[in-house]
Amino acid sequence: MYREGEFRVAEADYKALKSGGFMRQKQKDNFSMRLKAVGGNFTAEQLVTIANVSEKYGDGHVHLTSRQGIEIPFIKLGDIDAVKSALEAGGVSVGVCGPRVRTVTACQGNAICPSGCIDTSTLAREISERYFGRELPHKFKFGVTGCQNNCLKAEENDIGVKGGYRVRWEKEACILCGVCIKACRTKALSLSGDRIDLDGTKCSDCGRCVKSCPTEAWKGESGYILSFGGTFGNLIAKGNELFPIIEDKEALFRITDAALDFFSEHARPGERFRVAIDRDGWDTLKTSLERALHAR
Amino acid sequence: MPGDCVVDQTVDITDVVCPVTFVKAKVALEELDDGQVLSIRMNDGEPVRNVPRSIRDEGHEILKLIDNGDSTFSLIVRKG
Ligand code: SF4
Ligand code: SF4
Ligand code: SF4
Repeated sequence: MYREGEFRVAEADYKALKSGGFMRQKQKDNFSMRLKAVGGNFTAEQLVTIANVSEKYGDGHVHLTSRQGIEIPFIKLGDIDAVKSALEAGGVSVGVCGPRVRTVTACQGNAICPSGCIDTSTLAREISERYFGRELPHKFKFGVTGCQNNCLKAEENDIGVKGGYRVRWEKEACILCGVCIKACRTKALSLSGDRIDLDGTKCSDCGRCVKSCPTEAWKGESGYILSFGGTFGNLIAKGNELFPIIEDKEALFRITDAALDFFSEHARPGERFRVAIDRDGWDTLKTSLERALHAR
Repeated sequence: MPGDCVVDQTVDITDVVCPVTFVKAKVALEELDDGQVLSIRMNDGEPVRNVPRSIRDEGHEILKLIDNGDSTFSLIVRKG
C-alpha cells in the first residue's frame, strides 16, 4: 500500500509513469503494466518471470495486447519499484506509451514460416534497437510482415515493412511443368511456346513462383516493400507504398530515418504521421524519402 | 511430361479440404517406393496454388501439372 504523500508525487509524475509503460486503470491506484515486446517473441524464462509477477503483485492474469505485447494488470502504485526489479531480474523490460516509437510487431518470418521472404524477427529487433521509445509528435508504429500473405497487416502501421522477392526466370532450368503459373495469385505468369512470360505490371513481388518451382528456374532477391501513413485507431487509413521493393537493408534504414525526421518536422504536437502527410503532401514525403534512398 | 513416364498410382484429393489435402497426398506418397510416380488430382484455387509447393518441400520431384479442363489439375510427382 502507499501513503498519501506518495500518491500525490505519483499523480504529478503520471506522465512519466505512462511513458514508462504504466497504464492507469479504471480501478483507483491500479496500473496495468505494459511490457516491452519485440516481434511478439518472449522466452520461456521471461514468461515464467511474468507469471510470477502477475501472481505476486497483480491478480494472477495477464492481457495479450493487439500489438503482440503483454500487460500485467492490477499492479499497485506502491509496488512499482519492486515489480520493476523483479521483471528486470528475469530479463523482462517495461514498455512505453505516449508520443513515441512503440512496440515493433512482426510475424514469424522466414526463420520459421515456409512462406517468409525476410527474417522479420531480426529486422524487428534492429528497428526496435534503433528507434524504440524515441520521442515524436505522436505515437508511431512499425510492423514487419514476412510476405504478401500479410499476417502482420503491414499497412495498419505508420511504417509497414513487407518481405518480397524480385524475381527472374532462367530458361535452362525450366521443365515447363506449369506449377508456377498456378501458384501466382496475380496471374502475372503465362506460358508462351517454350517460355514463361512475366507481366511486370501484374507482379506483386510475392516470390511464390520462386517458392513453388520444383527446379529452381525462378530466382529471387529478397527485399522490403514499405508502406507509409497507416493508422487503425480513431482514424482508419491504409498505408501507401511510395516506391518499388528495395533490396538493401541500409537503404531501408536511411528511408525510415528520413520518415521519422519528416514526422518530427511536419507534424503538430499530438498529430499522427498520416495527418501530417495528408496536410503537407505525399509528394513532399516522397521527395525526401527518395533523396534518402539514393543518398550514399 | 505425361507421356514420358508411367503413372504408378493415382490419388484424388478433390474430396478433402486444407490441410487434409496435403496430408492425403503425403500418405499416398508414403505408400509408394522411391522413384515411383503418383498422379494427384486436386481442385483449382488454393489446392493447386499450394499443394505442389508443399510436395516439393517434402523432397519429391514434380514432373508436370496437367489441366484436366474440369477445374481440376493433376500433379505428376516422382517420389523422392
Ligand atoms: S506474413 Fe508470410 S512469412 Fe509472415 S507468417 Fe504470414 S505467411 Fe508466414
Ligand atoms: S513474384 Fe509473385 S506475383 Fe510475381 S510472378 Fe512470381 S508468383 Fe507471380
Ligand atoms: S514452376 Fe519452374 S519448372 Fe515449372 S514451369 Fe514454372 S519455372 Fe518452369
